Amino acid sequence: MEELLAILEELHPEVDFRTCCTLVEDKIIDSFDIVSLISEIHSEFDVAIPAEEIIPENFNSAAALYRLIQRLEEED
Amino acid sequence: MIKQKKIVGITSILLAVIISLWFLQRLLMPKYMGQVVEGALIAEYYQETTNHDVIFIGDCEVYENFSPITLWEKYGITSYIRGSAQQLIWQSYYLLEETLQYEKPDIVVFNVLAMQYNEPQKEAYNRMTLDGMKWSLSKVKSIQESMLEEESFIEYFFPLLRYHSRWSELTVEDWNYLWKKDIISHNGYYMRVDVKASVGAPPAKKLANYEFGSRAYYYLDQIRILCEQNQIALVLVKAPSIYPHWYKEWDMQIETYAEKYGLLYLNFLEMFEETGIDLSVDTYDGGLHLNLFGAEKLSEYFGKILVEEYGVFDHRGEEIYDTIWEEKVSFYKKKKEEKLAELTENK
Amino acid sequence: MLFTSYEFLGFLFLLFLLYYIIPKRYQWICLLCASYLFYAFSGIKYLGYIVSTTCSTYLVCYKMEKIGEEQKNYIRLNKERLTREEKKSYKIYMKKKQWNWLLFGLIFNFSILAVCKYVNFSISNINNVLQLIKSNSRLPFLSIALPLGISYYTFQMMGYAIDIYRGKYPAERNLGKLALFASFFPQLMQGPISRFDDLSKTMFSAHSFDRKRIFFGLQRILWGFFKKLVIADRILPAVTTITHNPENYQGVYVFIGMLFYALELYADFTGGIDMVIGIGEVLGVQVKENFNRPYFSKSIKEYWNRWHISLGAWFTEYIFYPVSVCQPMLKLSKFSRNHFGEAIGKRIPVYLATILVWLITGIWHGAAWNFVVWGLMNCLVLLISQELQPCYRWFHRKFHLEGKWGFRLFQVVRTVLLMSSIRMFDCYRDVSTTFRMFFSMLTKYNFMELLNGGMLKLGISAIDYGILFIGMIILIGVSFIGRSGSVREKIAKKPIIVQFLIWYGLFLAVLLFGAYGEGYDASQFIYNQF
Repeated sequence: MEELLAILEELHPEVDFRTCCTLVEDKIIDSFDIVSLISEIHSEFDVAIPAEEIIPENFNSAAALYRLIQRLEEED
Repeated sequence: MIKQKKIVGITSILLAVIISLWFLQRLLMPKYMGQVVEGALIAEYYQETTNHDVIFIGDCEVYENFSPITLWEKYGITSYIRGSAQQLIWQSYYLLEETLQYEKPDIVVFNVLAMQYNEPQKEAYNRMTLDGMKWSLSKVKSIQESMLEEESFIEYFFPLLRYHSRWSELTVEDWNYLWKKDIISHNGYYMRVDVKASVGAPPAKKLANYEFGSRAYYYLDQIRILCEQNQIALVLVKAPSIYPHWYKEWDMQIETYAEKYGLLYLNFLEMFEETGIDLSVDTYDGGLHLNLFGAEKLSEYFGKILVEEYGVFDHRGEEIYDTIWEEKVSFYKKKKEEKLAELTENK
Repeated sequence: MLFTSYEFLGFLFLLFLLYYIIPKRYQWICLLCASYLFYAFSGIKYLGYIVSTTCSTYLVCYKMEKIGEEQKNYIRLNKERLTREEKKSYKIYMKKKQWNWLLFGLIFNFSILAVCKYVNFSISNINNVLQLIKSNSRLPFLSIALPLGISYYTFQMMGYAIDIYRGKYPAERNLGKLALFASFFPQLMQGPISRFDDLSKTMFSAHSFDRKRIFFGLQRILWGFFKKLVIADRILPAVTTITHNPENYQGVYVFIGMLFYALELYADFTGGIDMVIGIGEVLGVQVKENFNRPYFSKSIKEYWNRWHISLGAWFTEYIFYPVSVCQPMLKLSKFSRNHFGEAIGKRIPVYLATILVWLITGIWHGAAWNFVVWGLMNCLVLLISQELQPCYRWFHRKFHLEGKWGFRLFQVVRTVLLMSSIRMFDCYRDVSTTFRMFFSMLTKYNFMELLNGGMLKLGISAIDYGILFIGMIILIGVSFIGRSGSVREKIAKKPIIVQFLIWYGLFLAVLLFGAYGEGYDASQFIYNQF
């Protein structure tokens, strides 16, 4: 989780990712950010997030994203 | 109570919409009272109160060349001209069909120049002929036959759609004639008193095909059949206008047609001597149309034929006609004097 | 059938009437018939195209779903027997089977689109090359007419197929319903590109005669007519005069043409979409918004999130994401990180995917080099501003510009100008003319000519300018009011007489000031051509 937060904060230092849970809805992160994120996550966690998982529910908060990563890791 | 209020509300809104649209339509439709008056001719017929012995149908070659007032004054013939600018043959047919709903004349005179057109020509002329007609099945059919590709029937039904952008061209005329229009014709005759001598027509262009179109023939047949069914004598005429050119080949076809069906065909282009028309004084635009003097001469000559050949009855002395026609004659004379005075003033 | 033709209005009137007379469970069938009738008006021969796209998509989705079910059943029945590894490889095997079907659907349908839309473009390019190498042979052009709305329904249906592949929602089992989704007549000509899960919520259900909803729909249609007939079609002659005579109209005229085109395109496209959404509302079918006051955007990126939203969303979802997060791309990114450094590795997926998306977006708009360059220009500006983001942030903070009214206005104007100048590529006939005109705008100073009656020689009169001016004020005003919620809701709260005056006034404005009928050429919607 801390690693993930570090990635996120690097992307947008001004956002508090611990509390915010409307990242996509409020357009805090855009499609460019999402792609950067996925590529970072791939190199950090070695998890590939497929395109069909890119839905607001998975990217609205750091916690949701972390859950997604865990689920994908498990499936692997 | 609430329901009643609602009904009143809806009705008043509907009324406001209908009245305002109707008013806008009246305002925006051209009045044809100033420079271009030809568009007002067709509607004036509906103000007639008595029947006519003779009905003329056709284009400018009828409404500028025959004078019903002269026919009355000289022979007591009552007549009316249902013509308008570039009136196409089917428009003449449907106008005749409509006229027969109101009255049954003894004679119908058709000017054959319109045979040259087999297709609708110009939207503006369509409008001048069709907008003035009252609504009837004849009008609907006439519109359908006349519409150019870019026209829509609904624009005839709601002329506001057609004239919607005229708001930028509105003049005093549009306000003055909003409710009531002047009478501008004399039983369909459009009076001109000015003179512009003819210097001869430009040489006629060669045509690829001199045969009249099938649609033109179809409606000529329709006119003839309609007349037959109603025991009306049909007379074909060609007015003495030297332009647009009336080709020999065209003349032959009409002559053949008239012969085939036993109709009288008068080509006044070949009768300058008999009619006494002199194109150096009797035309106002160099031979395209006759002026008042020419029209009176032509009418006098033509009236004689009508009386001699068809025995048209002299209505002078009949009370119902006398009062009405007296009025028409004095209006005619008044206008004639006014126009002549205007002419000398301008000189 | 043009949206602005009398025929279409008659068609709508009859449809609305019929729609609320028949039993509600047949309403969607009525819509399907109306849509096919509408389609048949554009040429019966085109029906084959949309039918084959519908049927092939139906088949592909049906098959994919069957495979999904088979997989579920198999795993359920053999839960105990299979090892984790076996399950995984079985799943991969089945996914591959589904993928084959999807691929078949994509190739089949995009091939139709490509043949109809791009064959002649390719031929002309081949011919250019042939000319270049001094060969005398030339390929003949094919005479393929473009079926109505093919770009829109193909994209819509393929989006649906991909959604089914991804297991987002179950496939539609009723072929008729899927056919309606593909052919829904209001959006056939200019979008939006709807998603099945959005549209199906309201498309097939029963709709009762809801007066408020229907009035709102009619109001929206009227508003669309206002934008299209009073503004877009009135300014059209000036745009045509300037952009079709680049030799005579240079310098400041190019600038004027650019601004006029911005206004025309906005009024034309958003007006058309207003009609689409309004017609949907009257029918009870909720079509998603395609615009969100795009000219108030403060950056190009924001603009593209607010203009033609459905197209942007389609590209993001079905091209940008899959391309940028696919395995090879992630590997490439990792490889670059290790060899060329963090900065480059990080950017590779975003850059490549963005370039690809804009290339396709360009080509989607038209089979011509203009549009390709137009797409790449957009891409360039987007990527540059992305790179300059930190710079901007620093600048804004340093000069305390963040949130200031004047600065926001500056950003909005800048975005509009930037977008308009990129858009010049779709006005002028080719790329070199566009560049030439762009530079003439910067180098030729003929501003005075404009004031000395030049404005009145563009094909529109002083009265037209007056109408356009007032129309523009209304547009901007309505946009402003709309920022804090639906304008129609606000009007609906006013006394009935005020409501009547507003809507009847708008109706009269369209009736009297609309550029339609005798003397005006009925013009297509710009986006119909894509």
